[in-house]
Formats: sequence, C-alpha cells, structure tokens
Amino acid sequence: MTALSLKNVCKSFGNVEVLKDINLEVDEGEFVVFVGPSGCGKSTLLRVIAGLEDATSGSVEIGNAVVNTTPPAKRGIAMVFQSYALYPHLTVKDNMALALKQQKQSKSEIDQRVEKASKMLSLEDYLERRPAELSGGQRQRVAIGRAIVREPKLFLFDEPLSNLDAALRMNTRIEIAKLHRSLNASMIYVTHDQTEAMTLASKIVVLRDGRIEQVGSPMELYNNPANQFVAGFLGAPSMNFIAASTVGGAADQTVGIRPEHIRVVQDGRLKGDVTHVEKLGGDTNVLVDIPETSGITLRLFGQHDIEVKEQLQLDFDDAQSFLFDADGLRF
Amino acid sequence: MNKALRSPFNIFASHAILLTYTLIALFPVFVILINSFKTRKAIFREPLSLPNADSFSMIGYQTVMRQGDFFLYFQNSLIVTVSSLFFVLLFGAMAAFALAEYRFKGNALMGLYLALGIMIPIRIGTVAILELMVASGLVNTLWALILVYTAQGLPLAVFILSEFMRQVSDDLKNAGRVDGLSEYTIFFRLVLPLVRPAMATVAVFNMIPIWNDLWFPLILAPAENVKTLTLGSQVFIGQFVTDWNAVLSALSLAILPVMVLYVIFSRQLIRGITSGVVK
Repeated sequence: MTALSLKNVCKSFGNVEVLKDINLEVDEGEFVVFVGPSGCGKSTLLRVIAGLEDATSGSVEIGNAVVNTTPPAKRGIAMVFQSYALYPHLTVKDNMALALKQQKQSKSEIDQRVEKASKMLSLEDYLERRPAELSGGQRQRVAIGRAIVREPKLFLFDEPLSNLDAALRMNTRIEIAKLHRSLNASMIYVTHDQTEAMTLASKIVVLRDGRIEQVGSPMELYNNPANQFVAGFLGAPSMNFIAASTVGGAADQTVGIRPEHIRVVQDGRLKGDVTHVEKLGGDTNVLVDIPETSGITLRLFGQHDIEVKEQLQLDFDDAQSFLFDADGLRF
Repeated sequence: MNKALRSPFNIFASHAILLTYTLIALFPVFVILINSFKTRKAIFREPLSLPNADSFSMIGYQTVMRQGDFFLYFQNSLIVTVSSLFFVLLFGAMAAFALAEYRFKGNALMGLYLALGIMIPIRIGTVAILELMVASGLVNTLWALILVYTAQGLPLAVFILSEFMRQVSDDLKNAGRVDGLSEYTIFFRLVLPLVRPAMATVAVFNMIPIWNDLWFPLILAPAENVKTLTLGSQVFIGQFVTDWNAVLSALSLAILPVMVLYVIFSRQLIRGITSGVVK
C-alpha cells in the first residue's frame, strides 16, 4: 500500500518557485530520506506534506486520501523538528500527551501510550521534568516520543540531528534506525548530511533547486548515479571530476572517479603534487593537485607514508569511472 | 568583562553618576512627600525641612479625604489605566502576531500604517475625537478615556511586540499545529508566555502616561463621577488660592498605585530591555 503519494506538486512564494513538479510514491514501512544542499526545497517539501504550507498546485495523498485541504493535525502525521520545539511550560509527560488530549482520547489510553513510548526511548525517569531541565539528546528523544504516541501513518523528521554533537548524533541515528525497524512505520527524513541519508534510508530522494534529481536505494544511487550532481553529492570524500581530455577523452566531457578507486602507480595517466594528507588511522586521504585540471582526492586504505609536496603518479580503472556530458548527464 | 570596566576608579565613577542621577530623580518626590505631612505655614517657611513635632500635620490628607470623592477618583483612574493596558496588550499582541506570523497581501504596508501612530501625537486629533465622542454619546464616560488610551498605546505595542514575536521559534508554532492546537491556543498558550518580558515593557511604557494624563480627562470626562485622580487633584489648585496641603497629599497618594504596578512589572521589564543583549 502507498503511504504517501505526491503528484505534480509545485510550490512558489511570490515569483520564486521553490518546488517544481514533484512526483513521488512512498510505500508503507519505507524509510525515505530527502537529501540535498541547503535551499534545495527539501524542508519546504516536508512542510507541504505536513500541511504547514499549502501546495500551489498538485495533489498530496496520505494513505490514499487527498489531504490538500486537511489541517496538519488531521493528516495522520507526526513531525519531529530540528529545534525540538518542545512546549516549554509543560512537563515531558504533558508534552507527549498534548496531541492525544486534543484528539479527546481517554485518560487510560493516553497513559498507556505515553508509558509505552517513554519505555521505548528510556525516558521513564524524566516524565515529570520540564524541557529546560533536560539535555539536548534527551530533548530530542522527547520530541520523538511526542511523535510516537500519536501512532501516525507517516513520521516526518526535519533535520532532527543537526543540533546534536557528533557522538550523540551517531547514537541517535542508530536509535532512529532501530525505531523504524521496531515500529515498521513509514518515515520521511530530511537532512543535508549524506552520511545520515546513506545509513538510514531504504530510499533516497536527491533534490536540487526544487526538482527531484534521482530516486533510489542508497547503493543504487552510489553505484549508478544519473548525473554529475548526484554523483558528487553522495559519498565522502566526494567524487573527483576531471576533464575527460586530460585522460584522453572528448573535450566537453567529464570523468568522475570515486576517491577509493584511484590507485598510486609507477606510471599513470595522472600526475601531480601532494598538497595535503589526512591520516585517519584506518584510511588515508590524500589531496593531489593535478596541473591540467582541478585538485583530486584519493582515499587509500590503511596507513601510508605520503608527504606533502611529494609527486605521485595516479591511475584508475575505466570500468569504475563515470562519464558525464557537458550538461552533467551520465552517458 | 573588559579591564576598563573593572578598575576601581571606573566603578566608583559610574556609581557616583548613577547615585547623583537617582538623587536628582527622587528629590521632587521626596519634597512632595515630606511637605504633604506639614502644616501650611511650615511648607512655606522651610520647604526642605523634615516634618517635626511642631510642623507635623495630617490636614492635607484630611482635606483630600473630606473634599471631593477621592476614592471614586482613585477607582476611576485605576479602571481606566488597567482596562486601557489590558486592551493595548490584547489587541497589540493579536495584531503583532498576525503581522509576524501570517503572509498576506499588504502585510508590510499594514505594519507601517500601524507604526505610523508612534510618530503622530494623538492630541492633534483632540477636536475630532471630542466630536466623535459627543456623536456616539460617550462623553463623560470612562469608556471615552479607555478607547482613546487604547488607540494611543497600540502603535508602539504592535511595533515592539511584532519584533519579539518574530523571534519565537517557528518550529514551536508548527509543532502546535501538528498536535492539533487552534491558532488561538497557539497564540495564548505558546507565544504569549514567551513574549511576556516584552509585554511588561509595553505595559510600563503605557501605564505612566495614562495614569498622569490631564488632557483627555479634562476634555472628554470632566464630570464629577468619572473624574480621574489627576483631574480630581486639580480642585485644590484655584485661580487665587491653592490648598497646597491637599495638592501635595493628593499627589503623594497618586504615586502609590503606579509604584505598586511598576514593582510588579519591573523584573520582567529589565528582562525585556536586556533580552536582545544577552543570548
């Protein structure tokens, strides 16, 4: 069954078109991640789905019902915000219970759902506290709990990890993935972080300038990007692009090679000086300046003794490279 | 804190300046207070001396209590001030919320139009206001004053409050919408508590001019049963004879309620003024 379907959704603010003809299907139980650079319209798209913004044209269907004119609270969605957006004057318990009280649920039902959610997120000890007395990670768990108790058809996450520090971000990321498995709910997750997208998604939607660039599973997009933008956006360090002419190709084409597919050799097609080395223990990232084209990054596994200013000869396997035309489209 | 602010000389100097200013500001109030407890002769002979056994007298307060219906004036002033403040804050906050929160045609123009009132003194329109009040039969009612003061206070209230409301997180309001709160609940339960310091600032800025105003009570509501305190005190100031004991006692009494209200609002006020400074 389809949890969400968007048909020809457009959104403009005045003369500015933010979303251009968005078509998308989300199946039940899927974890879909919207990813793209800032200003690409991913948050606006989420707001249109939530009903916080109206689509200028097109239709939004949640659970096979058109919801274009339905207010957010009646769409069967729950949303987790970047800034947590907890009600400062209510306790953790009341924060979670508020939506259910608005729906006029019975008290026993409310208590039962709050208890279940707080157990799932280990928040039992904090139920009587106010948001100001909680740490950032706890606040975000309360925000997630507030979404869970509503038992929505669709969860919406708006960059929920951006305000957390790196260690906490990874823990919470794993928690969200586990949550998705145990609830088996449909989730839409917005982020600009490609690592979050790759690790969480069952389906990634890459957006740019209000258009969908490509839709697919993380590995599909990684191994088979439709264009230069998607190729460059996913993967860290990001893909290297060099003019095809430097390696014996046509003049207006571009070759894309992932950093891990470049080898150091005795006699290669590329040659340049090392400008920077990042030793990470497990990997070594080397930045090399190639005179005829832009600088490239290569990722070597293990530890290597490469010094800055050293001259390196590099090569790559043509089968592992991608060829793009002048418009950035894949051949 | 930087070094200059910590040096003993600077601390001393800044305290000296602040103390001097405090003395200057409090001195007239002090003179009014001490003289209100003295006999008429003592007021004129030694206006700056404290009341002693010889010169102490409650005659001023007795006159005030006896002559005119002082408690009624008091009550009128209080009703007018509190109701005006209530309406200024309520309508000002509502307008500010609409301007800050909703996109509609003419939003910026409407904001400008509402702010224009800050620059144009309402007294310019006195004649028109009087005609309006006569036509609507509101002359000599407290409503005349309440309406005028509400109109007078709204521009600044809308201006200040809309700035503060823009700072309230959008996510919080949207979370309320997703949870099924009505726009009114979002406004009253989520947004208003967060802009409380700004509300207190607006309240204090409006309260004192309303309480002290003589102009509109004199023109719009001079009748005995709707006189305000400031207007009521004027009965003791005559063209030829002024009952200074009574005037000073009336003024001393008039200070009290504003002071109480100020103390209530002041903590919030300071937070309101400094909230932009410290994040």
